[in-house]
Amino acid sequence: MPLIKLSGESRTATLACDSFVRVADDAALPEDGGAIVSLTRFRKDRDALLARNAPIGVRLMADESPEQLGDDVHRLSVVVIEFPKFRDGRGFSWARMLRTRLNFKGEVRVAGDFLYDQISYLVRTGFDAFETNFTLEVFTRALSEMSTVYQPSADGRKTIRDLRSGK
Amino acid sequence: MAKVSDPQMLTANRLVDGDVLYWKAGQWVLSLKDADVFAAAKDAEAALAAAQKYVADNVVVNPYLFDVKTDAKGIHPVKEREIIRAAGPTVRDDLGKQASGLGSKPPPRRIEMPPKPGKDNDVSI
Amino acid sequence: MYRYDEFDAKFVAERVEQFRGQVARRLSGELNEDQFKLLRLMNGLYLQLHAYMLRIAVPYGTLSAKQLRMLAHIARKYDRGYGHFTTRQNIQFNWPKLVDVPDILSDLASVEMHCIQTSGNCIRNVTADHFAGAAADEIEDPRPIAEIIRQWSSLHPEFVYLPRKFKIAVSGSAHDRAALKFHDMAVEIVRNDAGEVGYRVLVGGGMGRTPYLGYVVGDYVAKTDILAFLESVMRVYNQSGRRDNLYKSRIKILAAALGPEEMRRQVMREFMEIKQKGTLALPAEELARIDAYFAPPKFESLPDEMPKGDADFENWKKTNVHAHRAPGYAIATISLKPIGGVPGDCSAEQMDALAELMDKFGMDEIRVSHEQNLVLPHVKKRDLPAIFARLSELGLATPNAGLITDIIACPGLDYCDLANARSIPIAQDIAKRFADLDKQHEIGELKIKISGCINACGHHHAGHIGILGVDKKGVEFYQLQLGGSGAEDASIGDIMGPGFGEHEIGPAVERVVKAYLMLRQDGERFLDTYRRVGMEPFKNMAYLDQLYAAH
Repeated sequence: MPLIKLSGESRTATLACDSFVRVADDAALPEDGGAIVSLTRFRKDRDALLARNAPIGVRLMADESPEQLGDDVHRLSVVVIEFPKFRDGRGFSWARMLRTRLNFKGEVRVAGDFLYDQISYLVRTGFDAFETNFTLEVFTRALSEMSTVYQPSADGRKTIRDLRSGK
Repeated sequence: MAKVSDPQMLTANRLVDGDVLYWKAGQWVLSLKDADVFAAAKDAEAALAAAQKYVADNVVVNPYLFDVKTDAKGIHPVKEREIIRAAGPTVRDDLGKQASGLGSKPPPRRIEMPPKPGKDNDVSI
Repeated sequence: MYRYDEFDAKFVAERVEQFRGQVARRLSGELNEDQFKLLRLMNGLYLQLHAYMLRIAVPYGTLSAKQLRMLAHIARKYDRGYGHFTTRQNIQFNWPKLVDVPDILSDLASVEMHCIQTSGNCIRNVTADHFAGAAADEIEDPRPIAEIIRQWSSLHPEFVYLPRKFKIAVSGSAHDRAALKFHDMAVEIVRNDAGEVGYRVLVGGGMGRTPYLGYVVGDYVAKTDILAFLESVMRVYNQSGRRDNLYKSRIKILAAALGPEEMRRQVMREFMEIKQKGTLALPAEELARIDAYFAPPKFESLPDEMPKGDADFENWKKTNVHAHRAPGYAIATISLKPIGGVPGDCSAEQMDALAELMDKFGMDEIRVSHEQNLVLPHVKKRDLPAIFARLSELGLATPNAGLITDIIACPGLDYCDLANARSIPIAQDIAKRFADLDKQHEIGELKIKISGCINACGHHHAGHIGILGVDKKGVEFYQLQLGGSGAEDASIGDIMGPGFGEHEIGPAVERVVKAYLMLRQDGERFLDTYRRVGMEPFKNMAYLDQLYAAH
C-alpha cells in the first residue's frame, strides 16, 4: 500500500517509498532491509531481530500498548499502529504515548481502517506516516479543514489559547 | 410473537430527508397502505435483495422487512413500532403521515392482560 | 455568558463547512452509511423512527434571547414548529432533512451555537446546575469551568473515538442539581481545609442497562490542574475501556472493574506526567478571563419584598419561584409540563415569546434544566406578577415544579428508533390522574421519570418513581422502580417486580402514592418514606389488583 509521510521541519505530506517489508509470524526474516514484525514475533525472536544490521519495526494491534515494547522501543525505527476498524480509537492514545511518555523519535505509522475525517487527529496525536490509498491532494486537504485547535496534543501545535495570548 | 409464516412488508428511510418509505413493485411509496405485502418469505427476501440497489445508489438507508397481519380493517404491522412508524407520533396527530393522509391513525390501544401473580409476589398487606 | 471571539467563531464556521463536505460525500456515495453514521452523530444528527433528529448543544444549559429566537426560527423554517428540551440540557428537532442540516448549522453558527459532539463516542455536552450564578447556596458559578472543559473537549484528537459516549457534569453547590453521581465524570466545586476553592472529581456513574453511582477519583484537584486531571481520566478510559461489548463499554464498567484504588493509580500516573510537562496547566489569567464572561449581571439594590397576587399566582410561587442570592431577585421555573402536554416540548411561538420576556424581565438569560423545564435565573421579585401573567397566556405557567406532575419523559417509541415502548402517553396519563393541585401539594415532592427503553434517556434510575418501558412479546409493558435520586443523596431506584400494561401503570402509580400517603410520617417526602419502610408495602399495594383478580 502506498505510504504518505510527514517530513521536514514543516512536516509536509509527501509520498514516500516504504523501505520496510512486513514479515509474517511464520516467515523467515529477510537478510537485509527494513523488516516489520508483530509484537508476538518480536518477543519470540527479539535477539535475532536486534542483531540484524538493518532497521526493525513492530506492528502493534489495537489492544497492544507500546509500553509492552519496554526499552526496546528506542531500538526500533518504526512502530506501526493498526486500526482494525475506524471507530476503534485506541491508536490515538498509543501514538500519543509513544511521543510523549516514551519520547519515541522514530516513525509512528498508521495502518488499517481510518477515514479521511480522522487524518488530522492522527497527525495531531503523533502519527507521521500513513499507509493509505488517499492521494496526496486529498490527504493535504484533510489537514486544512480546521485551521485552529483548542487543546494541546502530541504534535505540539499552537492552541487557540496560545494564539489568543499572541504566542 | 409473530409466526414465521406471517406476511411481511419492506421499509426503509430516504437518505436525503429521512422520510419513511415502503416498497412497491421495485420502487418506493410513502404510504404503507399502497405498498406490497409478501405472503411468501422468498418474495420478501427477493424484494430486500432488490432494495440493496437503492442503498448502493445512495437513495435509501437501512431497508428491512417487518411482519404484518390482515384483519377486517386491512393490513396492519404486528409490532407497535411499525404501527407508529407508518402513522406518526401517537401524541401529535397533526404530525407525520397520519396528518398528510399517508398513514392512518394507530388503531385503538389493545387490551392486554394484567400481570400474572408470580410465586414471588407476596400480596399480603 | 460566554461570547465567541474570532477564534471560536472560525472554529464553528470551519466545522460547518467540514460537515457540508461530509454530507456531499455521503450523497455522492464516497462515504457509505456505516462510515457516515459516526460522522453525522458527531454533529448531533440521528436517524429516528419517522425522520432525522438533530440535537443542538446548549452548553451548560445557558441561552441568550438571540439564541432562543434562532431556535424558534429553525423550528419554523426547517422543522415542524417546535423543539424538545432534553435531560442533558440540549434541544432536539425531530424533522430536519439531511440536505438542510449544513444550512441549519450555519444559522446556528451565526448565533454562536453548534451541534458538535452532541452524539457519537466522544465527550458530550457539559451540563451544569441550571441555577448557576443565581442560587443562594453556591460556592462558585460552575459555568466558567464548564466552558473551559467544553473548549478542551471540542474535537480533542485523542478522544473522539472513545469506546462509547462520555458525559460530564459540573456543580458549584453542595446541593447537587446536576445529578453528578450519574455521570461518566463529574466535577464538583469544593473548598479545601485552607478555604481554597478547587474540584472534587468523580468517575464511573451512569444510567442504562447497568446503572452505577460514580466514586471519587480526585478528592481535591487545584484549579490549575483540572484539565490535566480530566485528560488523565479520559486517557485511561480510551486505552482500557471495553470495545468488545456495546453494553459494557461505558467508563462505569471499567471503573467498577478496576475499583477506586487501581483507577486512582492509573489516573495519577498519567496526571503526574502531564503536570510535570505543564502542557495542560490552566493559568490563573485564563480562568479569570473566562470568569469575566460569567460575571453576574448588574443587580439593582431592591427591597426584598415578594409581591402577592391571586390564588393562581400564589400557587405558582409556591413551587416555581426559588431563592436568589441578590435581595429583591428570584429564580423562576417555566414549566414545560402542562397537564396532558408533551414533557419538554416548546413551540416556536412560545420560544419567541420567552425571548421577549428575557429582554424585558430576564436580563437576557434563560436556562434549560435537565428536568426538561426552562428557568429564568435573574428576575426581579416585583416583576413576578407580570411574568406569571404572560407565562399563563403562553401555557407555560403550570405551577408544578418538583411536584408529581412535573414528569420527565424521553421521547420514547413515539419518536425514537431505539425505544421499546411509548413514554409520553404514560406521562400524560399519570399527570391527568394527579391534576388536582391540592392533591399534588398534599403529595409534595415526587419526581417521576420515564424511559422508553433501557438506554434510560428519561433517567428513570434517578426517579423517586422510575418507569421503564419494555417490550414483552410485542406489547408495551412498564416496570416500576422506587427510591432513585439524582441529588446529592444519589441512589439507584429498586425494581419492584413484573411490569404493568399501558392501562395498568397509571393505576399502579396511584396505588403506590396512596401507600405513601398512608405510611408517611411528619415531613417525609415520598423518597424518605420509601427509604424508611422499603419496597414491600409499596409492592403489595401496587399489585393489589391481582389479589382481587386472582380471587
